[in-house]
Amino acid sequence: MKIGVFVCHCGSNIEATVDTAAVAAAAREFPGVVFSTDTMYTCSEPGQDEIVEAIQKYKLGGVVVASCTPRMHEQTFRRTVERAGLNRYLFEMANIREHVSWIGKDRQSNTNKSIDLVRMASEKLMRNRPLYSKKFDINKRVLVIGGGVAGIQAALDCADGGLEVVMVEKSPTIGGKMAKLDKTFPTVDCSSCILGPRMVDVAQHPNITLYAYSEIEDINGYVGNFDIKVKKKATYVDWDSCTGCGICMDKCPSKKATDFFNEGIGKTRAINIPFPQAIPKKAKIDPEFCTKIQKGKCGVCAKLCPSGCIDYEMQDQFITEKVGAIVTATGFDLFDWSIYGEYGAGRYPDVITSLQYERMLSASGPTGGHIKRPSDGKEPKNVVFIQCVGSRDKSVGRPYCTGFCCMYTAKQTILTKDHLPDSQSYVFYMDIRATGKLYDEFTRRAMEEYDTKYIRGRVSMIYPKGDRLLVRGADTLMGTQVEVDADLVVLAVGAEASAGAGELAEKLRISYDSYGFYMEGHPKLKPVETNTAGVYLAGACQGPKDIPSSVGQGSAAAAKVLGLFSKDQLESDPQVSVVDIKRCIGCGKCMQTCPFGAIKEVDMRGMAKADVIETICQGCGICTSTCPQGAVQLQHFTDNQILSEVNALCRF
Amino acid sequence: MKKSLNYAYYPGCSSTGTSIEYDMSSRAICAALDITLNDVPDWSCCGSTPAHTVDHSLSSALSARNLDQVASMGLDSCVTPCPSCLANLKTAKQRMKDGDFRDKVNNLLEKPADTGADTQSVLQILVEDYGVENIQKKVVKPLTGLVVAAYYGCIINRPAELMQFDDHEHPMAMDTLMEALGATVIPFPLKVECCGASFGIPRKDVVMRLSGKLLSTAEEIGAMALVTACPLCQMNLDMRQAQINKANEANHNIPIFYFTQLVGLALGLSEKELGIDKLCVTPQPILDSIGREENLKEKAA
Repeated sequence: MKIGVFVCHCGSNIEATVDTAAVAAAAREFPGVVFSTDTMYTCSEPGQDEIVEAIQKYKLGGVVVASCTPRMHEQTFRRTVERAGLNRYLFEMANIREHVSWIGKDRQSNTNKSIDLVRMASEKLMRNRPLYSKKFDINKRVLVIGGGVAGIQAALDCADGGLEVVMVEKSPTIGGKMAKLDKTFPTVDCSSCILGPRMVDVAQHPNITLYAYSEIEDINGYVGNFDIKVKKKATYVDWDSCTGCGICMDKCPSKKATDFFNEGIGKTRAINIPFPQAIPKKAKIDPEFCTKIQKGKCGVCAKLCPSGCIDYEMQDQFITEKVGAIVTATGFDLFDWSIYGEYGAGRYPDVITSLQYERMLSASGPTGGHIKRPSDGKEPKNVVFIQCVGSRDKSVGRPYCTGFCCMYTAKQTILTKDHLPDSQSYVFYMDIRATGKLYDEFTRRAMEEYDTKYIRGRVSMIYPKGDRLLVRGADTLMGTQVEVDADLVVLAVGAEASAGAGELAEKLRISYDSYGFYMEGHPKLKPVETNTAGVYLAGACQGPKDIPSSVGQGSAAAAKVLGLFSKDQLESDPQVSVVDIKRCIGCGKCMQTCPFGAIKEVDMRGMAKADVIETICQGCGICTSTCPQGAVQLQHFTDNQILSEVNALCRF
Repeated sequence: MKKSLNYAYYPGCSSTGTSIEYDMSSRAICAALDITLNDVPDWSCCGSTPAHTVDHSLSSALSARNLDQVASMGLDSCVTPCPSCLANLKTAKQRMKDGDFRDKVNNLLEKPADTGADTQSVLQILVEDYGVENIQKKVVKPLTGLVVAAYYGCIINRPAELMQFDDHEHPMAMDTLMEALGATVIPFPLKVECCGASFGIPRKDVVMRLSGKLLSTAEEIGAMALVTACPLCQMNLDMRQAQINKANEANHNIPIFYFTQLVGLALGLSEKELGIDKLCVTPQPILDSIGREENLKEKAA
C-alpha cells in the first residue's frame, strides 16, 4: 500500500510544541510511505484539497493525518479520502494535539512521541481493509422522556413535524417545574397561562401518546430501532374511565397526605388530582396515606366515584413501545438545603424554599395566592431572600452556579411588593448574574422601583427572636455585619441533577458528569446530541437552565430527530464484530459477555456457531477478548491491526 | 458505656485559677461516676490563644510536649475540661502529621514527641463514653424546677472537621444532659455565638456587647441560669456581668454555671466540693428553688 502522511500545524496549537516538519520527514522513512508533508490547517479546504491531489498524483492507497482527536475530525477526513475515490476506512488518524502538543511542553519529546504515533498509524493502515456500510430500516417514532417544558416543546415540535411521539412522565401530571411557578421572569407573565395551553396541546395532539405516572424500565436496541419497556405505576384509579370530576378528592377522609405538587406547603387528600390544570386530569391514590389500602377500612372514594374507576388492587403495568430516537428531558431537582446548619437545618417553619414560596404566590396554590407564614399564618412584613443556597459552594459539593436563581429571586421580591405593599424585601447575594435579554434591567427594577434592599454578603446565622427570625450576615460592600429582623426567610435553593438521573443514563447508555448532569456530544458544537446515536438531550438534565434555554433545546432536539428521520434508511457502522466460522467452536462465551445481546447461536451443519447481529453490535470489542479461539474479530480493530501498532511502538 | 473509663487528665492553666471550680467539679463528678482521671505529669501550658497567633510551630511544640507526656503514661486518651486546650491539643496532633512541620517542632523539643494520644473534652466523654442515660441512672437529686439554657461557645465543636463532636451549628450535648438531670432546658438561639473571648483585655467593649447580648437573650427566653463548658465564656459572662451591666446600663442577674457543677448537684455532691461558692453571680436563690415544686407536691400528698 502506498501511504500519504499529512502532519497538521493546527495554527500554533501543534506547531508550537511539535516540530511538524521533522515528523513529516521522519515519516518518509516508514515502510509504505511515498508522500509526507506538513500543512498549516489540514482540515481547511486547501488542506483537504492537498490530500485529494496527493491521492491522485501518487496513487495513494491510504492516508494518515496527524492532527487532533478523531472525535473532532475523523468524519471530515474520511469524507475527504472518499472524495478522492478511496474507501473511507483506508484512513488513520494520529492524535498529536490532545495527546501530545496540549499536554507536553518539551518540543523534542513531543516531536519524538508524534513520530511514534504516526508510525503506529501507518503500520495499522497497511492492514486496513475496505469496509462497507449496510442500510437498515428505521422506525420513525420518537420517545420523549420527561414532560417538563423542554420535553413538551420537543414533543410538540416532533408531532407537528409529522412524527409519532411517545411521552413518558414520572409524576402524575406533565408541566414539570414550570407548572409550579406563579410568574416567570423577566416579563412577569403567568406561568400556567403560557404553559397550560401547551400542556393541553400535548394531551390533544393526535400524534402524541402520553404515559404519565410512568417510568422507563428498560431500553434495548440502537438508533432507528429502540425497544422501550415502560412501567405504568399503579394509580389505583382506572384512568380510561376517570373523568377528573374530583368528587373522590373532596370526600376522601384522609386529609394528611403529603402534597408533592405544592412542595409540602399544606396537605392534600390520599386520593388527589395534583392541581386544577393537571394533564392528564386524573385522580390517583398515594397508597401510604390511604386507609383502605393500609388498614382495609374506608372505601369512600369507591362508593362515591360516579364512573366506578377505583381499584384498590391495581398493580404496576408494563408496556412496550418501539421508537427510532429518544429525547431525554428529565430536568432537575432542588438541592436539599437541610445540610446548612446556619439556616436552621429545617428547624424553623418560617424558613422555606423558593419553590415553596412560588406555590404560596400562586393563586391556585395552597394559600390561594396569599403570602402567609407557615408557623402562624400571619402576613410577613420583612421577607429576607438568601441566594446561592447550594450553588457556588464547594463545601457542600456544589461549586457550580445554578444560573437562574438571581432572576427568580428578583421576580419574587417584585411579586412580594405587589402582594404586600407594606412589606420590605431584602436579598443577600454573592454576585448578581443577569445575563439574558432584558435580565439586568429586570433586577434593576426590583431594586429601583420595588425598593428591594440588596445586601452583598453571605448569611452566617438565622435564629428565632420572639416570633420573628433574626438573620445575621455580612455586608461586604460596607465591611460591616448586618442583622435583619425577618418574618419569613426564602432560600434560593440551587438545582441538582434529578433523582435517578444516573440509573436512566445507564439504561440510555449515555454519560453524565460528576454532578449527574448528562454529557452533551460536544460542549459547543453538539449541545443536544449525546455520544449514543439516536439519543438527544433537552433542558436542565444537561445542566441547570432557565425556561427560554430549555425551550430552545427542546426545539433543537426535535430538529435533530426530524433531521435523522428525513431518511428512510440509516447506514450501519461496519466496525462490528465478525465471526470466523472455521475457527468458532461454539462455546458460547461471547454470547454471555456481550452487553447488547448482539450475538446469537446458529446451527451450522449440526454444529453450534456464534453469529453477530450487525445492527445490534456496538463494536465494543468485549467478545473479541473473550473468545478463546480468536474467532471473533472486530472489524477495523482486528488483533493483527492492534498488534502491528504495538510492534511499531515497541521496536527495540 | 465504654469499657475502660481511664484517662489522662490535662487540667489546663485556667483550672489553677479563674476556673478552679470547673476543675474541682470535673474531678468530683468523674470520681462519683468511677471515671479515672490520671493527672498528666509535669504538664505545661498548651500555648492558648497568644501562642498560635504568633507562631504555629511554637504553639504546637507546647501542645506536642503535653501529648508526649500523655503517651509516656501509657495512655492513648486524654481529657481536658477547657475547649481552648482541647483545640490546641487536637490541632497540634493534626499538624504533626505533616512531615516538615513535625521536624520543625521536634527540633524545638528535647526529644521527638509522640503525639498519638487523642484528646476529648470532659463533656464529650460524659456524653459519648459514659452515656447520658447512665448518668441519669445515678441522679439522686433531680434539678426539678431549674430552668436553664445551654451555651456552648464558639470552639467546643468547631472547626467541625477537627473536633468531630456534636452538631457544630446546633449542638445538643449539654441540652440533653441537663434534661437528663431533671432540669427544664429552653433552646438557646445563641448557643454557638462568641462571647468576645480574649478580647476582654484589648477590646473590652467587644465583650460588653457580645456577652451582653447573650445575657439579655437568656433572660428574654426565660432562663434562670446559663450553663457553660468553657472557662473563658464563663468568666466573661459571670465575672464581667457587673461590668456589662455598667457598660450597657443593664440589670442582669443571671448565674452562670459550669455544666459539671449541675451534674455534681444532681449526683448529690456537696456545693463545697463543686466550688459553687466560687461563682461571682450568686446562684443561691435559684439553687434553693430546686425541687421546690416537687416538695410542695409531696407535702400536699
